[in-house]
Amino acid sequence: MSDAVSALAGVRASGMVDLADAGLQGMITLRGDLSSATLAEAVRSATGADVPARRRVATGSTGQALWMSPDELLLIVPYAQVGATVAALETALADEFAMAANVSDARAMVAITGAQARDVLAKLCPVDFSDFAVGELRRTRAAQVAAAIWREGEDDWRLVCFRSVAGYVWGALATVAQPGGEVGLYR
Amino acid sequence: MSHRLATGGRLIDRSRTMEFSFNGKALSGFAGDTLAAALLGAGQTLVGRSFKYHRPRGIVASGAEEPNALVGMGEGQRFEPNQRTTTTELFSGLKAISQNHWPSLDFDIGAINAKLWRFFPAGFYYKMFIHPRPFWKWVYEPIVRQSAGLGKAPHPETRDADRYEQIYAFCDVLVAGGGIAGLTAARAAADAGQKVILVEQNAHWGGRAVVDGAEVDGQPADAWVDATLAHLNGLANVTVLNRTMVSGVYDHGYALAYQRVADHQPGADMPRHRLWRIRAGEIVNAAGAIERPLSFAGNDLPGVMLAAAVRDYVVNWGVTPGRRVVVVTNNDDAYRTALALHAAGVTVAAVVDARKEATGDLPARVRAAGIRVAEDTAIRHVEGGKAVTGVALCRFESDGGAVSETIACDAVAMSGGWSPVVHLWSHCGGKLTWDDARAMFRPDPNRPPLNQDGQGFVRCVGAANGDLDDADEAPMQPVWMMPAQAGYLLRAKMWLDPQNDVKVSDVQLAAKEGYESVEHTKRYTTLGMATDQGKLSNINGLAILSDALGQPIPQTGTTTFRPPYTPISLGVIAGEARGEIFQPLRKTPMHDWHESHGVHWEPVGHWRRPYCYPRNGESHAHAVSREITQVRKSVGLLDASTLGKLVVKGPDAGRFVDMLYTNIMSTLPVGKCRYGLMCNENGFLSDDGVVARLSEDTWLCHTTSGGADRIHAWMEDWLQCEWWDWKVHVVNLTEQFAQIAVVGPDARKVLEKLGGMDVSRENFAFMDWREGKLGGFDARAFRISFSGELSYEIAVPASQGQAFWNRLMEAGAEFGMMPYGTEALHVMRAEKGFIMIGDETDGTVIPQDLGLNWAISKKKTDFLGKRGMEREAMVSPDRWKLVGLETLDGSVLGDGALAPLPGKNDNGQSLTQGRVTSTYFSPTLGKGIAMGLVHRGPDRMGEVIEFQTETGGRVAARIVDPCFYDKAGDKQNV
Amino acid sequence: MLLLTCPCCGVTAEETEFANGGEAHLKRFGPGSTDAEYEAYMFARKNPRGVHFERWRHAFGCGKWFLMARDTMTLEVYGAYPAQTIEPPAEIQARIKSRRPEWEGYK
Repeated sequence: MSDAVSALAGVRASGMVDLADAGLQGMITLRGDLSSATLAEAVRSATGADVPARRRVATGSTGQALWMSPDELLLIVPYAQVGATVAALETALADEFAMAANVSDARAMVAITGAQARDVLAKLCPVDFSDFAVGELRRTRAAQVAAAIWREGEDDWRLVCFRSVAGYVWGALATVAQPGGEVGLYR
Repeated sequence: MSHRLATGGRLIDRSRTMEFSFNGKALSGFAGDTLAAALLGAGQTLVGRSFKYHRPRGIVASGAEEPNALVGMGEGQRFEPNQRTTTTELFSGLKAISQNHWPSLDFDIGAINAKLWRFFPAGFYYKMFIHPRPFWKWVYEPIVRQSAGLGKAPHPETRDADRYEQIYAFCDVLVAGGGIAGLTAARAAADAGQKVILVEQNAHWGGRAVVDGAEVDGQPADAWVDATLAHLNGLANVTVLNRTMVSGVYDHGYALAYQRVADHQPGADMPRHRLWRIRAGEIVNAAGAIERPLSFAGNDLPGVMLAAAVRDYVVNWGVTPGRRVVVVTNNDDAYRTALALHAAGVTVAAVVDARKEATGDLPARVRAAGIRVAEDTAIRHVEGGKAVTGVALCRFESDGGAVSETIACDAVAMSGGWSPVVHLWSHCGGKLTWDDARAMFRPDPNRPPLNQDGQGFVRCVGAANGDLDDADEAPMQPVWMMPAQAGYLLRAKMWLDPQNDVKVSDVQLAAKEGYESVEHTKRYTTLGMATDQGKLSNINGLAILSDALGQPIPQTGTTTFRPPYTPISLGVIAGEARGEIFQPLRKTPMHDWHESHGVHWEPVGHWRRPYCYPRNGESHAHAVSREITQVRKSVGLLDASTLGKLVVKGPDAGRFVDMLYTNIMSTLPVGKCRYGLMCNENGFLSDDGVVARLSEDTWLCHTTSGGADRIHAWMEDWLQCEWWDWKVHVVNLTEQFAQIAVVGPDARKVLEKLGGMDVSRENFAFMDWREGKLGGFDARAFRISFSGELSYEIAVPASQGQAFWNRLMEAGAEFGMMPYGTEALHVMRAEKGFIMIGDETDGTVIPQDLGLNWAISKKKTDFLGKRGMEREAMVSPDRWKLVGLETLDGSVLGDGALAPLPGKNDNGQSLTQGRVTSTYFSPTLGKGIAMGLVHRGPDRMGEVIEFQTETGGRVAARIVDPCFYDKAGDKQNV
Repeated sequence: MLLLTCPCCGVTAEETEFANGGEAHLKRFGPGSTDAEYEAYMFARKNPRGVHFERWRHAFGCGKWFLMARDTMTLEVYGAYPAQTIEPPAEIQARIKSRRPEWEGYK
């Protein structure tokens, strides 16, 4: 819908890194048996991606599949397609013990880009980012709230949090990414 | 008189003068100075007053162990008390003030305490302030509060102008200390490919070796340090941090390091401090050693300083504490100070050595320099008032009755030997062992602190490990008191702890009064308390206590070493968590609209919910009244987005919701809603809400606003840990939807204007839910009511919540549509006698107490809480139960007011028969209404009982039915 | 602050990512149980100085519950295992025995 607005409403900021609201994303929580071939096929038709390995992000032609827990994926598809994708998943998984739920509006996504992205994230998250590969994902704590973080590219990171605390997470990121806060921990 | 030497000072740049002020007096120092060095250089030897006696105090040390030279730094939003001058790097414009004196540092009224010292013995506070008892509250405490503490805290309304942050870091090896031992350990680990973080608390590297001109691997120490640092800085696996102190070591290799990023460049656009939260595989404690003071009478006068500190000031900063110095020692190391002073052109009047003879290489070099060495000699007392004017000597092995001679001098450099800095070893449980030969506690390598695998994770190296032996040095001789058999008058002037004014005589008195535990003695005498935590005083105090108790020192043991090693700023503990991001603020999709429409917020967990929307300066009470009147008369909007929305789906979902709720949910038809209660296993009410059956295998469970995460976790707990073979998935969709309640007799008309969904009475009955389009929005609407009015709660995707809200406001304009807040919600539900979790419940209330028996299934063989409700106390007729309460005079009962009964219980408390759980002024009824839990309440309808008022009076209220409004439900069923 | 490894997602993380859920391996007693059984289930908790089996949830991570054997005195972690386990796995019991020969065993 044209009057849909993301929680962060397109905000951007620059400092040690560039921060940007990644905008409305189609996001689907998919619970089920991740080893099921039926589920794998459903994920592939939804995103073009395979079921990701533990704590990995699989990227396909039409979306991404993120490993969230042993029986849970987060699928990312274009926002406009999320309704149809959930419906297709429900059909495909009708005989499985599985559940697909549209959570697009329950989340906010921030893009963190720049060479110092890890230093900024390390100021909020108790995570060792030194051997954190592109395509790796980690659910953790960003300051005081839950977040999922993954490395989209060498200097390109994504953070997903709950919609209601998007402003808080944004504020925390923007605060610790202010110029002058350079640390040089990750080089 | 300036104490700056004409030449020397390896850390200062004499071409760059820096102006600063001390107590408003303009002074100057050089770039590279510490504040202490600059104060000394400027001749400011008196820097503060002591805690108890207000004795004049000067600088004692050159590092973190400094007990005396604490100042208030900065002004206004950057004022900070208790800053150590010895670790403060000088900058231009620095403003410092001395502490603990009135009216001035030089003339201090409190110094009268020093004359009354006999009346301030150990445990003075405990002895003095205990009788008469009422005096504590009215007399003693106000006086103690006025005079206690060193620095003054900033004004409570002051906001810290600086920013702070934290960072998480991970390494194989964390090395604490940038002296030779630390650098060596860091290099070894780094060269072996380990990930290393190396930290040094000072701005400069190399520890004592560079000051003392030592050689390392055949190179001058400073050259070796530079080369090693350059090597480490070039390695990708090493992080090197100066101005960073490991403040504490915690479980499983966790350590905190306190980086003073911008203290030396105030106002820079940088975080002032950064707290490193480090998880290390191994922590290497290379924190060095701290020199011990000697206990002789008058050892607290300005001008009496640690011998190595004197050396630091001469070598590093080109300042000297005096022009004619006496060195007093029990070891060879202090002779280096005599040599350094001599080399800098300062007269060393004598080296006073307690040992029978001083025969090592260092004493020989001192003698060769023409400096007199007095063996078997003690300082009997120091002469002088606010500064040292001389020392009186006597034989060491004596009671000090006879002065052998007096030497004029203006400074004393003392050394009682060295104590390894074992804090980082000990913080997390590393044990110590007593080294008799060196008279020190050192880490016991067989009893290290243990990590998650049960392995030791701290290793001590260098001086911190007690490796103090130098081939050139003769053994030290433990000296705990000087002279060895000093009489009482001398002992009463020997300071153990200059910060807290604890003397040898105080510890001896404590022992005599029966204090045997070192921990008790610490608290009784205040030895080793406050900002320095006894870095200089502890070992000497232990030795005196052991001697007084007639037992060896290891039997006395040490006090516990607790983090932080030195104080860290409160700002850095808060980190980024201040102001707007002090804590997460949860916002609904309409948050900004509420904000721009004059909302008064109510915090609900981390959510902010509108309490009411005052207009044109009206009071909150007026706003609430207006909102209620509008809803009861026509229509209003409530932002109900915070309600928990948990979707439970799967083949076993029906069975699962039947276990969670006290009533039966599995029989709920698709398309219908049912109110349900959740209890914990005690049977106590934990949450409530409306459940909607979405499909054959899917239930949507609404929870309270505060309960969503808790109940979600509760469900997952049962599914994962108890009924793990049940096929049920739960997804928390609370934030996926903006949920808006459209409430009031005109609610249907508003929705009909939006168009789409059939909201007619016939096709959308009370307790139905429907999915469809409303005004073009994808909507799921629930015909449920918490107000007693015609009401639809409508969920739309959160990203469209604001647009939908706007649409409802427009459509409702002709009906006077207005938003209402949580207070109106509360009043309206109370008018209807609906309970609220947290008001009518407090964790000890079962549903039956609230008259909710209808919502408890009798058919189900099991549900969570069923067994708990069967307990004797739960089925007793004597429970307090929910009733309505109406005051006879129409007034509003106090929230939580108790209904007293004559008599007392076994604890001497007044008996009670009930309490108010919800109480409001009802604008609908024009009087106060309340609900409460009353002993056998429902059996006592019509009875009048009394409740306490806030002013201590009583007010009579009649027990009535809790539903005050439309008991038949005609208004919601239209 | 403890360092724990979640057996469900494999992450090793600091304690702040986790939530402790008290004693593990409790058997639920519901309707039909005696007062003594119910009391033991609800209220009688072990509080050992030494080996302890507890429930933890990776609250800020994968959200899964797991069980863990830990020493309450030394804080040594002997191992973590799935919540869907009736009693401590043999290899964890063996490890505890090797580390704490004086341990009297589970139950």
